[in-house]
Parts: sequence; C-alpha cells; structure tokens
Amino acid sequence: MDLFGDPAVWLPFVFAGLMGTAILVYVILDGFDLGVGLLFPFATPTERDRMVASIGPFWDANETWLVLAIGILLVAFPVAHGVILTALYLPVAVMLVGLILRGVAFEFRVKAPTRHRGAWNKAFFGGSLASTLSQGFMLGMYITGLQFTWANIAFATLTAVFLTVGFSFIGAVWLIGKTEGALQAKAILWARRGIWGLIAGIVAISAASPLVSARIWGKWFSWPEIVWLAPLPILSAVLVLTLWRVLHRLPLDGDRLAWAPFWMASALFVMAFGGLAYSFYPYVVPEQMTIYESAAAPESLIIILVGTMVVLPIIIAYSILAYTVFRGKATELTYY
Amino acid sequence: MDPLILSRIQFAANISFHILFPTITIALGWVLLFFKLRFNATGAEKWMDAYRFWVKVFALSFALGVVSGITMSFQFGTNWPGFMEAVGNVAGPLLAYEILTAFFLEAAFLGIMLFGFRRVPGWLHTTATALVAFGTTLSAFWILVLNSWMHTPAGYELRDGVVHATDWFAIVFNPSMPYRLAHMLLASGLTVSFLIAGFSAMRWLWGDRSDEVRATLRFGATLGAILIPIQIYAGDMHGLNTLEHQPAKVAAMEGNWETQGNVPLVLFAIPDQEARENRMEIAIPSVASLILTHSFDGEVPGLNDFVAEDGTIEHPPVAPVFYAFRVMVGLGFAMLALSWSSVWLMRRGRGVEGLPRPWIYAFVGMAFSGWIATLAGWYVTEIGRQPWLVTGVLTTREAVGSVTGGMVASTLAAYLLVYAGLMTAYLGTLTYLARKAARHDPLTPDVPKPDAGIRVLQPGE
Ligand code: HDD
Ligand code: HEM
Ligand code: HEM
Repeated sequence: MDLFGDPAVWLPFVFAGLMGTAILVYVILDGFDLGVGLLFPFATPTERDRMVASIGPFWDANETWLVLAIGILLVAFPVAHGVILTALYLPVAVMLVGLILRGVAFEFRVKAPTRHRGAWNKAFFGGSLASTLSQGFMLGMYITGLQFTWANIAFATLTAVFLTVGFSFIGAVWLIGKTEGALQAKAILWARRGIWGLIAGIVAISAASPLVSARIWGKWFSWPEIVWLAPLPILSAVLVLTLWRVLHRLPLDGDRLAWAPFWMASALFVMAFGGLAYSFYPYVVPEQMTIYESAAAPESLIIILVGTMVVLPIIIAYSILAYTVFRGKATELTYY
Repeated sequence: MDPLILSRIQFAANISFHILFPTITIALGWVLLFFKLRFNATGAEKWMDAYRFWVKVFALSFALGVVSGITMSFQFGTNWPGFMEAVGNVAGPLLAYEILTAFFLEAAFLGIMLFGFRRVPGWLHTTATALVAFGTTLSAFWILVLNSWMHTPAGYELRDGVVHATDWFAIVFNPSMPYRLAHMLLASGLTVSFLIAGFSAMRWLWGDRSDEVRATLRFGATLGAILIPIQIYAGDMHGLNTLEHQPAKVAAMEGNWETQGNVPLVLFAIPDQEARENRMEIAIPSVASLILTHSFDGEVPGLNDFVAEDGTIEHPPVAPVFYAFRVMVGLGFAMLALSWSSVWLMRRGRGVEGLPRPWIYAFVGMAFSGWIATLAGWYVTEIGRQPWLVTGVLTTREAVGSVTGGMVASTLAAYLLVYAGLMTAYLGTLTYLARKAARHDPLTPDVPKPDAGIRVLQPGE
C-alpha cells in the first residue's frame, strides 16, 4: 500500500489525472459529434442524413466519457462534486435537457412519421446548441472561480460562444475526414471559417485565467517556469498555422491529408486543456478546495483504481474495435 | 416551496422516467438474442422479422434510457450533495464499477448491434447483441447493489458521521440484494413479455396475420406465463426478507397498525394516518399472519410500534405504500390469469386463432401493465424506506442540497415538460411502427434519396 509513499498524497493526484483525461476525451469526442449537430442548419436534408450517419455508431460511447468524468468527480472528490454541481445547478440542467433532446432525436428522426422529421432535426440542432452553450458557460464560470458576478457571467457568455464555435470547428474537420464530394467541400469551408473562433477562444481563455487569479499568474510568469512552459504556446501557434495552411489546400488528390485537420485540432484541444490543468492544479474547486482536501477515503479509491486499471485497457480495446468497424467514409448505415 | 419536497419530487420524477426504459432494454436485449438465435437455427424468416421490428423498439428505448440516465448521474450532485458526502465511500465505487464495466460495454457494442449487420461477420453481430444484453443486466446488478445497500446497509462503519467500507463482500451481497435483483430482473422480463404480446395483439386487431405476429404473440404470452409464478414467489420471499430488515415498511404495506397475532389480509381499505386506523376495510381474517409467518396466529409488527414517546412518527407514510403495493400485486395476479388462460387456450391446438376476442383486447390493454407494476413496486420500496435515505444511517432531509426552492421548481417544470413530450413521442412512434408493420409497409418512414445516409433494411432483404 505504501509502495509509492503516502496514498493520501498520490491517490488524489492519480484520480485528478484520470478525471482530467476523461474530460479531455469527452471534449474531443463529444465535441465533434455535438459540432456535427451545430452544423445542421447549414446542410441540405440529404447531407444531414449523411452527417448523422458519420456519428451514429459513436455518440453513445462518446457521451459515456461524460458520465465517467462526472462519476470520478463524484466518487473521488465527493465534497467538491456537491459544491461544483450545486453552484452550476441551472447550466447543468440546461445541458441535460439539451443532451436529452439531441440524444433521442437520433432515433426519432428516422423512426417517427416523416412529417415530424423537420421537428426532430430542429431538436437535434437545438439540443446540440443548448448543451454546447451551457458547457462553455460552465467552463467560463469555473475558470472565474464559480462566483456569479456580472463580469464573470459576461466572461462565461463569451466562453460559451467560443466553445460553440470550437465544437463546430472540430465537427467540421471530423466531417472532412468522414465524408467525400460536395459535403466534404462544404465541411472544408465551414472549417476555414470556424478556425477563427477556435483561435479567439484559446487566446481568451489563456489570457483570462492568469488575470483572474494572481496564483495562476505566478505559476506561468515566473522564472524558470516560463522557460519550460514556453513550448506550449509556441507549439500551439505552429499547429494553428499549419492547420490554416492545410485547410486552404484541401481537398487534395486521393483524399490525402483528409484526417490531418482532425488530428491537429485534437492536438490543439489537448494543449489548451493541458494549460488549463496546469493552471488549476492542485485545486478542484478553483481557489477554494484542493484535490487533497476533498478526496474520498484511500481504501475506497484503491478499490476503484484497481478496477480502472483492469477495465480501462479493455474499454480502449473495444472502442478501437468500434471505430475500426465503422472506419472509412460514412456511407449508408443500415439501421437495423 | 420547500426545496426538500421539490427535490424529492424531482428525483422521483427523473428516476421514474428513467426506469421505464431500462425495464424494457434489460430483458429485450436477451429476447432479441433469442430471436436471432432462433433465426440462426431454423432459418425461419418470421424470427428475423421479429428481430427487425423489436430491435427498433430497443434502439428507441435505449436512447431514452441513456439520456435520462445521464440526468440521473448528475442528480446526486445537484440535489443530494449530502448523500455522497456521507456514504460516498460505499456508493462511489459501486457507481464507478457500473460505469466502467457496464456502460462502456453497452455503448461500444450498441453501434455494432444496430448498424453493424452488414459490416461484421454474423457471429460478431450475434456476439455484439449478447454483449449489449449482458451490459444492461450488469448495470442493473451494480445499481441494484447500491440501492439494496441503501435499504439494508452492511459491511461498513461510521467514523465522524461518514461511512467507511469495511467488507466489500458484505456490501455487495447485502441482505436484500439477491431478492431485489431477482425481483427486478423478473419485472423486466414480464414488462417485455406483455409489451410484445400487447403490440402483437394490436397488430392482430389491425388485421395482420403474418407468421411473425403469431410467433411473437405466442412468445410474449408464453414467456409471461413462465415468469409470473416465479415473480410471485420471488415477491413473497422479498417481503419476508423485508419483514426481517425493515418491519415498518411491511406494516405499511399490510396496513397493520397494532403488533398482534391473527392479522387479517387487508384487500382494500383507506388507511387514515391521523386516526391511526383503516376505514372501509375489506379483509380476510388471519391470512396476513399466515403469509408472513406461515402460521395463523403468528405475530406481525404494527405501525404503532414506530411512533416515538413524544409522538414523532418514525414509519413511512402509510397510504402511498399501501396502495402501490396493491396495484403491483393486483397486476401480478392479472398477469397470471391472462397468460395462463391464453397459453391453455392456444395449446388446445389452434394457436392464436384459439384466443377469443376478449383475450386479444386484454393483451392490448395489458401492454404496459409491466411498467405500471414496476413503478408501483419501486414506490413501495422507496417510499417505504422513508424517512431514511440509507436505513439507520442518513435521513433524506440530511442529504438535500442548499439550492433554493425556486431553482429546483424551475428545473422540475422543465424536466416534466420534456418528459411529457418525450413520452408522447415514444408512444406515438411505437404505435406508428406497429401500424406500418401491420400493413407490411417497409419498416422505415421513407428513406428519401437513394444516397441518403441512413436506410433501414426491409423485410426479406
Ligand atoms: C434496474 C435497472 C436500473 C436502475 C434502477 C437504474 N438504471 Fe440507469 N440504466 C440502466 C439500468 C438501471 C440500463 C439498463 O443499463 C441503461 C438503460 C439504457 C442504457 O443505455 O442503459 C441505463 C442507463 C443509464 C445511464 C447512461 C449510460 C450510458 O451512457 O450508456 C446512466 C448515466 C445511468 N443509467 C445512471 C443511473 C443512475 C444514477 C441511477 C439511480 C439513481 C440509475 N441509472 C438507475
Ligand atoms: C429505478 C427505480 C426507482 C424508482 C421508481 C425510485 C423511486 C423513488 C421515489 C418515488 C422516491 C421518493 C420517496 C419519497 O421521497 O417519499 C425515491 C427516493 C430516493 N431514491 Fe429511489 N427509486 C428508484 C431507484 C433508485 C436507485 C437505484 C437509487 C440509488 C442508487 C435511488 C435513490 C434514491 C434516493 C437518493 C432517494 C431520496 C430522494 C427522495 O426521497 O426523493 N432510487 N426513489
Ligand atoms: C404478485 C405478487 C408480487 C409480490 C408478492 C411482490 C412483492 C414485492 C415486495 C414485498 C416488494 C417490496 C420490496 C421491499 O421491501 O423493498 C416489491 C417491490 C417491487 N416489485 Fe413486486 N411483487 C409482486 C409482483 C410484482 C410484479 C408483477 C412486478 C412487475 C412486473 C413487480 C415489480 C416490483 C419492483 C420493480 C419492485 C421494486 C424493486 C424491489 O424492491 O425489488 N412486482 N414487490
């Protein structure tokens, strides 16, 4: 038990890492499928069917990462879980209603009578929009320390808009990889426009976090941290530029580089997330509660950790299986 | 309004909505596997038709189960922060195992089950179907372990008011778990039996005489006939177990006020908690004693034992538990009567044709009887636990959060609105699918252009 030193120290750290990973995976995976929903109004009916086909087999598993993230927060940091979720009570409810609407719209669009199809398409878009906006809003509130002042609400509204653009962007680059022909061309256009929002969003969040808290300022802008942190913004800038150039050259013959934007966008998400994680560590409720203060009892965490270590590789294995079965361009799905 | 009451209503509304869909998916997954295996074995087209129809119902129910389940997992934090603070060390690992072992399994293979038929070899598709069915059952196992532990906690100790796990075996196999799990899985099987029989009967009334409808009507009725006696027996065992661990709940179910022997079995009454007696009682002498203690003069605990010296009431509200119990048991016996009589009528040689019209109508009427019995059963169990949230450890009042009543009320209104809309759409769509199938239309609403993204295989394809 004490192999790695005091479990009360390393266990919370490991669980914070697991939770961070789950949130990150969620943001990328559900990010692209929410993004596809956000692009719905810009597509024709036939394109919409194809768009849904590109995410149909994946969305449920993608959303399970949210359940896992919230589950880890719940089980590893029970006190923080209560504080955060009661503070974000209303946006959480909006997000849930949004997720409900879009989740059921997947099924109802093709099963309910045709004359209702339009309404379910609207529900699909509206649900995606509501969930994304509220997730962005919660992110903003979280960064500013969960204090409902007007300035913070204004900032959170801004992050809500940016996240929406960011998700539409990753949705668009997913479609570049998953589709062909006219729809792919359209997706490339969407992505070229959306990249602005992504950049603005990353800049706004990176700039705001140090301004909100002197502690975060100190973590970034002090010697020698600034030296070994420098690669993070530099690499992000390089990625953005490359992404920019690639998007302007696509589509290429033989569908070359069709997946490159998606991987680069994911890398950007990873880096932005890494920066945030660095800023907030060791707090789980910003400036109020550290992961060490709010962790559950070590003996319970150990039980979960053992299970996680065994099960996580299996989960990854069958996720890979699912993505392999449905690899390639989205074609007709035989719903059945 | 009081946030406690509102939070209780909200939780009850959300879980009641959620449980309807797992109740279908848990057993329907296995039923689909059965259809698939029958088809593999016999090659009879009717089994594949049945699979095609019911997998749509499954997909729809699954989607509703997933989204309402995500809501559930946030409810603990938003409305009951005290729950996790006090018992998180036990509840946490159980929920975590549910997510890790069950949810990901279902979610990953659902895609293959629903869309993979043409993309993967037959055996993998069958395996995916089996794994999804297994996943739903596994998730029922974990959540029922947690729920049973809340009713009959074991394997823990209290340190500074916080529960710490001491024995995981005792926690998982807590005293009421085997009974609750068995009873719930059987409830799921019965719900699906009567749903299948009910919709097949509806199609029959609409003039559908296909082999598929004959097969599924027979299947539903037979499965119901097999499961219902087991369920009644399991329910009886469950009640005896509850008598041992939560006597106040049983007293409320029976509407029995005084601890005494020769307790009558109350068939109907209006329990009056103010006057502490039953009005308009219709009862069979001594039978409750017989059922609960297996002897006519056996002593059964009464509600008056659970009133403190100063008059504080420490037993659950009597009327809802009492009525809900009668609804569940009543439906159980109605299921017994209908399924046994129809199996007997069908066995006399003429199959579905042997069923008189009233039987067909009865099946239509009972299509959702499983839902009602299941909800009634859960109300018995959950309201019967009050005022406790975790028996003897934590009361419901201690667990509620600090959110204001207004906030809870507004989200409650929003949920109710969404749920009402979804329920209408769900029932409407099921009926629509059944109507289309009865007319032998292709099973999907039009699939617009040939190159559209989603297409549904047509029967015979
Ligand atoms: C007896 C069965 C049962 C009960 C009492 C509950 N559930 Fe449930 N739940 C299931 C049986 C189930 C299931 C059969 O496994 C579902 C239904 C459809 C599905 O996808 O899985 C499900 C789905 C489901 C999901 C979505 C999983 C996914 O993303 O695939 C979540 C997060 C929850 N549930 C959470 C809960 C919580 C927090 C509950 C209690 C407070 C609860 N469920 C009660
Ligand atoms: C699935 C079927 C279930 C149904 C229909 C159901 C129904 C209910 C109802 C009606 C109440 C309110 C009792 C009252 O306040 O008088 C309640 C309470 C509660 N139940 Fe359940 N329940 C179910 C399963 C579960 C499970 C699986 C859990 C947890 C693992 C759970 C946890 C709770 C909690 C935390 C409360 C307290 C909040 C409250 O009083 O409303 N329930 N439930
Ligand atoms: C007819 C005979 C039946 C008897 C004697 C019976 C008995 C019981 C008892 C005593 C409980 C309360 C458990 C507790 O103390 O917590 C219960 C709960 C329940 N019943 Fe029944 N039951 C019967 C039929 C049914 C039927 C037909 C269904 C559904 C199809 C059903 C579904 C449930 C459910 C879902 C619960 C709540 C979960 C649980 O605690 O197991 N029951 N039943």
